[in-house]
Amino acid sequence: MAEKLRETPLLDELEKGPWPSFVTEIKKSAVKNSMANDQLGILERSYKDRIGHWKHGGLVGVMGYGGGVIGRYSDLPEEYPECAEFHTIRVNQPAGWFYTSDVLRKLCNVWEKHGSGLTNMHGSTGDIIFLGAKTEALEPVFADLIDMGFDLGGSGSDVRTPSCCCGQARCEWACYDTMGFTYNLTQHFQDELHRPAFPYKFKFKMAGCANDCVASVARSDMSIIGTWREDIKVDQGEIAEYAKTVNIADDVADRCPTGCISWDGKTFDIDNANCVKCMHCINVMPKALAPGDEKGATILLGAKAPIIGGALLASVLVPFVEMGEENYEDIYELAEEIWDVWGEHGMNRERVGEFIQRVGMGNFLEQVGLDPEPEMIMHPRTNPYIFFELDEEED
Amino acid sequence: MATKEEVAEAMFNMVKEYHGKKNLKALDLTKAMIEKFGDEACDKKLCKKAIRELVDNGKCTYSYVGGSYIVLPPEE
Ligand code: SF4
Ligand code: SF4
Repeated sequence: MAEKLRETPLLDELEKGPWPSFVTEIKKSAVKNSMANDQLGILERSYKDRIGHWKHGGLVGVMGYGGGVIGRYSDLPEEYPECAEFHTIRVNQPAGWFYTSDVLRKLCNVWEKHGSGLTNMHGSTGDIIFLGAKTEALEPVFADLIDMGFDLGGSGSDVRTPSCCCGQARCEWACYDTMGFTYNLTQHFQDELHRPAFPYKFKFKMAGCANDCVASVARSDMSIIGTWREDIKVDQGEIAEYAKTVNIADDVADRCPTGCISWDGKTFDIDNANCVKCMHCINVMPKALAPGDEKGATILLGAKAPIIGGALLASVLVPFVEMGEENYEDIYELAEEIWDVWGEHGMNRERVGEFIQRVGMGNFLEQVGLDPEPEMIMHPRTNPYIFFELDEEED
Repeated sequence: MATKEEVAEAMFNMVKEYHGKKNLKALDLTKAMIEKFGDEACDKKLCKKAIRELVDNGKCTYSYVGGSYIVLPPEE
């Protein structure tokens, strides 16, 4: 039971207004948890001092693992003793973030028993985040999680917890089983996930189609995005229905990134050879259009958020792969090939996208053993990275 | 081929030698071991197993200082 609640005049301002407030939520925990109460106090202090009072890193974790715990210490341990150690625990979320209410309740119970009770569902990597553990609580939390069938996620220079959209579990646009693949990949790369061995972090994100609900193209080193090869399925009857309420010329045809749709007011036609499967037309008229057959995925590489250098979007590495279970091994081999090259020549804290920028896509492909293809571009209808040798064609 | 234990021991000695001077990453240890034992006798897979052995038996641990390093555990 916490003693008197910390005074928080500045934080109280964040409770005013119609929106939900994280301050209100921390206060609810602070009533019964002294770590949460001190956390409230140090946060107020940070607002007052206009500086963060946390240091992070160091030697914390659970036995055998190099990831999953982010050490966090306050620089004011005497004033806020209950949060002098306030480590973050990353828990590997279920693929697609599906839970039963029973599991959610158990997770919260574990965390109220051992830590501050504060969670972040979910962190930017996708994990379940437990905020605020003392060092002595780490092993007991881990043991309780293992009992429930959960494991820690990644942190540091390792494979970060793979995440995916809900895919075929809920979404009719999913071109492959994102959840099945994510589960398989997570199991396959357990060593890489728990034992950091790379120059820097490496994230996988899986999206079932180009709507990319997990923002993989911006947020993951390797993004695997569902696509298809056959023609988009068109129901002209439904198109006629949409034409009554949708301005198909302005809102669909003119917004097609490759201009491959023609619409004369009666017939809707797609030049499928030039369609880049961006999903725009399907999103606007979902009853009339659907992804074509021969589904699979495009593998992209090199995105990152701005930490050391600026943000990068991923670019196409493999235009099309089939995504049956029998194909998973090929993707794992490709990832391992990339890690070998990046591990050998990458600099400390250099993400794979930055590495490719430094050495050049042509050199990178040569090292990884992939042939250049015209689809290896950052945006449709822009120059490819690769300069094909003219004299090779002339021979 | 060298044994996992031999490589783990050589890695441990290297971590001890560099303790307080330079932080070593898993990759640094791997490269050093392949050089020491030769690529006929030691490869990346073996090094991976050796690192796992070192960390699982508590002789070394991971530390995060901007990147992830393999270090000696803190003294009790
Ligand atoms: S990315 Fe595509 S398949 Fe996945 S949930 Fe979003 S719309 Fe559906
Ligand atoms: S999916 Fe995108 S590129 Fe293909 S036809 Fe529709 S809008 Fe155009």
